[in-house]
Amino acid sequence: MAPVVSLRAAVALTGRFPALAGADLTVGSGEVVVLDGANGAGKTTLLRVCAGLVPVTGGEAVVLGYDLRRSHTAVRRQVGMLGHAPALYDDLTVLDNVRFAVRAAAGDPARVDAAMERLGLVGRLRRTPVVRLSAGQRRRVSLAVLVARRPPLWLLDEPHAALDAATRRLLGELVEEAATGGATVLLASHEPDAALPLADRVVTMGGGRVLGECDGWRGRSLGPSPRAVGGSHVA
Amino acid sequence: MWRDALLVAGKDLRIEMRSRVVLNQVVPFGVLVLVLFALALGPDRRPMVQAAPGLFWVSVLFSSVLAVQRSFSIESAEGARDGLRLSGLDPAGIFLGKLGAMTVQLLLLDLILGAGVVVLYGAHVRSVGAVVTAAVAGTVGLAAAATLYGAMAAGLRVRETLLPFLFLPVASPVLVAGTRAWQGALGTAASGSGPWLRILLVFAVVYLALGVVIYGPLQEAT
Repeated sequence: MAPVVSLRAAVALTGRFPALAGADLTVGSGEVVVLDGANGAGKTTLLRVCAGLVPVTGGEAVVLGYDLRRSHTAVRRQVGMLGHAPALYDDLTVLDNVRFAVRAAAGDPARVDAAMERLGLVGRLRRTPVVRLSAGQRRRVSLAVLVARRPPLWLLDEPHAALDAATRRLLGELVEEAATGGATVLLASHEPDAALPLADRVVTMGGGRVLGECDGWRGRSLGPSPRAVGGSHVA
Repeated sequence: MWRDALLVAGKDLRIEMRSRVVLNQVVPFGVLVLVLFALALGPDRRPMVQAAPGLFWVSVLFSSVLAVQRSFSIESAEGARDGLRLSGLDPAGIFLGKLGAMTVQLLLLDLILGAGVVVLYGAHVRSVGAVVTAAVAGTVGLAAAATLYGAMAAGLRVRETLLPFLFLPVASPVLVAGTRAWQGALGTAASGSGPWLRILLVFAVVYLALGVVIYGPLQEAT
C-alpha cells in the first residue's frame, strides 16, 4: 500500500529561510507518528507542508497520493489540521463554527451533533459565541470539527496545549480511534508524557531535517507509573 | 463555486448579525461624514444640493474601506484564514461570497446615506431608476475592488494603513462616475446619467471578473 505521507529531501521556505531543509519521512496508513524536536526544528512547517499550506520548493513530497510539487492545494480537503490557533470565528457560536467548517470542507453535516457531544460541547455551550470560551474550550471546538470531518490524515500541532486532564484523555481516545479506523496521525508535541503513549513512532527533527526515529509506546502495556508505586512520596 | 459563495456569504452575514460592527460603527461613520459636510457647507441649501452627489459617494467610499477592513479582520483572527484555505473552498467562491456579503452591507449603507442626502441636503430625486442603478453598480464595483485589495493586504502587518492607499486611488473612477450619474439623476447637472452608468457597470464587471480569476493566487501569495 502506498504511504500516506512520503517526503524525500523535501525543502520548504519561510520567506527565504529553509524551514524544511531536506526532510525525509514516510508514514503509512493508520500510523500515529509523533514529531519531537526543539523550537524551530521544523515540526510545524512539516505539518503545514503536509496540509498544503506551505509549498514544497525542492525534493519530493506526496501526501495522500497528491504530488505537492505539482499542486500543494489539492490535498487540503483530505486533511484535518489542529494548529496553534483554533481557526474559529469569535462572533459565531460553537454550533455555527462547527457547522460552517464541516460544510466548507464538504463533510457530512449529520455528524456535527455527535462530534459536539463527544467533545462535551452540549447544552448552553452549543449556543455560546466562541469569543466567550476559554483556550481549552476553543481547542475542544476545533477537535469537534476534526471528529465530524473524519479526514484520512490528522495533523495535530501541540494538541495537548491548554487542555485539562479529562480532555487530554479524550484526545488520546480520539487519536486511537482515528488510527484504528485507518486514519493517519502526525502529531507535533513538546509533551512526551502526553504524546508518547499515543505514538507508533517518534521522529526527532532538528534544523528542518529528520534526525532519527524510535518506537513509540502505542499499544504497549505500561503498567503503573513509578510515581504511583508506593502511593505517597511523603517520606 | 456558487455553493461555496453562498456558504461564505452566509457566514459573513451571520457574523455581522451577531457582532453588528457594520451597523453600529460603519453606518454611523458614513452618516457622520454627511452631517459634518452639511455643517461645513452652512445653512444655505444651494451648495449642499450641488455637492450632495459627490458627498454621498465620498461617504460610501470611506465607509467601504472600514467595511472591507472588518471583512478581512475576521479572517485574520484566530487562524481563521488558514481554516478557510484548508477547507478546500473554491477561491472564486470565497471571493464572490465575501463580495456578496459586503455588497449587501454597503447597499444598506447606500439606503441610509441616500435618505440622509435627501433629508440633510434637501436633494430631489428626478430619476429613481438612474439613482438606484448607479448605487447598485457602483456599490458592486466598490465591493469587488475592496475585496480584491483587502485580500492583497490581508497577510500584511500594516494592512490597516496600507489598504486605503491601495484601494482609494483605484476606486476613484467609481467616485467620479457615481457622482456624475447622480448629478444627472438629481438634476444638478445638464448632462444625463447614461454614459456614467455605463462606466460604473464596466468597472463592476471588470473587477468581478478580475476577482474570480486572481483571488486564488492572491490568497496563496499573501
